[in-house]
Amino acid sequence: MKLTFFSGLCDGIPICLGYIVVSMSFGMLAVAQNIPISIAIALSMTNMTSAGQFAAVNLAGTFASYAEIGVATLVINIRYALMSLVLSQKIEKMPFFKRMIIAFGITDEIFTLASTRSEKVNFRYMSGLIVTPYIGWAMGTTLGATINSLLPKAIAAAMGITLYGMFIAIVMPAAKEEKAVLITLIIAMFLSCVFRYAPYLSQLSSGWAVIIVTLVTAALAATMVQIKEKNA
Amino acid sequence: MSYLTGVVLVTALVTYLVRMLPIVFFKHELTSKWVKAFMYYIPYAVLGAMTFPAILYSTRSMISASAGLIAAIILAYWNKGLLTTALGAAGAVYIAEYFIL
Repeated sequence: MKLTFFSGLCDGIPICLGYIVVSMSFGMLAVAQNIPISIAIALSMTNMTSAGQFAAVNLAGTFASYAEIGVATLVINIRYALMSLVLSQKIEKMPFFKRMIIAFGITDEIFTLASTRSEKVNFRYMSGLIVTPYIGWAMGTTLGATINSLLPKAIAAAMGITLYGMFIAIVMPAAKEEKAVLITLIIAMFLSCVFRYAPYLSQLSSGWAVIIVTLVTAALAATMVQIKEKNA
Repeated sequence: MSYLTGVVLVTALVTYLVRMLPIVFFKHELTSKWVKAFMYYIPYAVLGAMTFPAILYSTRSMISASAGLIAAIILAYWNKGLLTTALGAAGAVYIAEYFIL
């Protein structure tokens, strides 16, 4: 199949739909923290990051310092640096400015879709793949921030889980197909529990915990697969 | 400049730099099999680590969150896609909270 701007747009549609729901819950949270709608939309259109924006809005609600918000954003989003590095191996040769444009759209979902393709991806496909979710993310935020006051509290509260529902939908197909992926997920979830509940370790912020767990888990998975190949 | 405008600028700048620096400046082709496998498993490791146990604390009670988690796993297993899975999880949470809260 040829990778065009259009095929990118189409592949982005499921992400876009998921984003509408998740960014709606972001818009609602922002308004609940007394953040104006314009700021919520501006955050979505300049950040396009789920967990990072949720944290920023919670911190801004308590008038945290710029330094604190900046560091929290860095820690939560530093995983994008890993994804960016992985993508640098996955994209066709392209000039500096095109890389700078693609970089803006590296999210968990867009990255997972692009990096799990069998072939290398080009600039056109990546831009298409970014545009549809971007529109969904901005629209959902607007919608959520606007209708927040109209929705019953119980519905607004239930929306908080949508982000994770989306994560589960992303990893499941590969987990069903490949045993190694399933094992990777189980190790990651186990270690993440350790960092959450173990004494001392639990004092680490969740952003750092995610990074450490990710690196350790991926290293274990890569080593196991290599050992298995040698023995086979 | 208002405080919130500053928040937008700080978060946008930090997030963009984190995304941009590696993809723009790292140009070598990695050849090591181990490194390639390592990178292959990163997306799954990240999402696994971010989802669990955080999902259990994403609603008003751990029971409703568990209901949402189970719904999400079932829907995703049936290949229902991002939207249905996300909404189905929220629906399960809503129903569970209707009964327990």
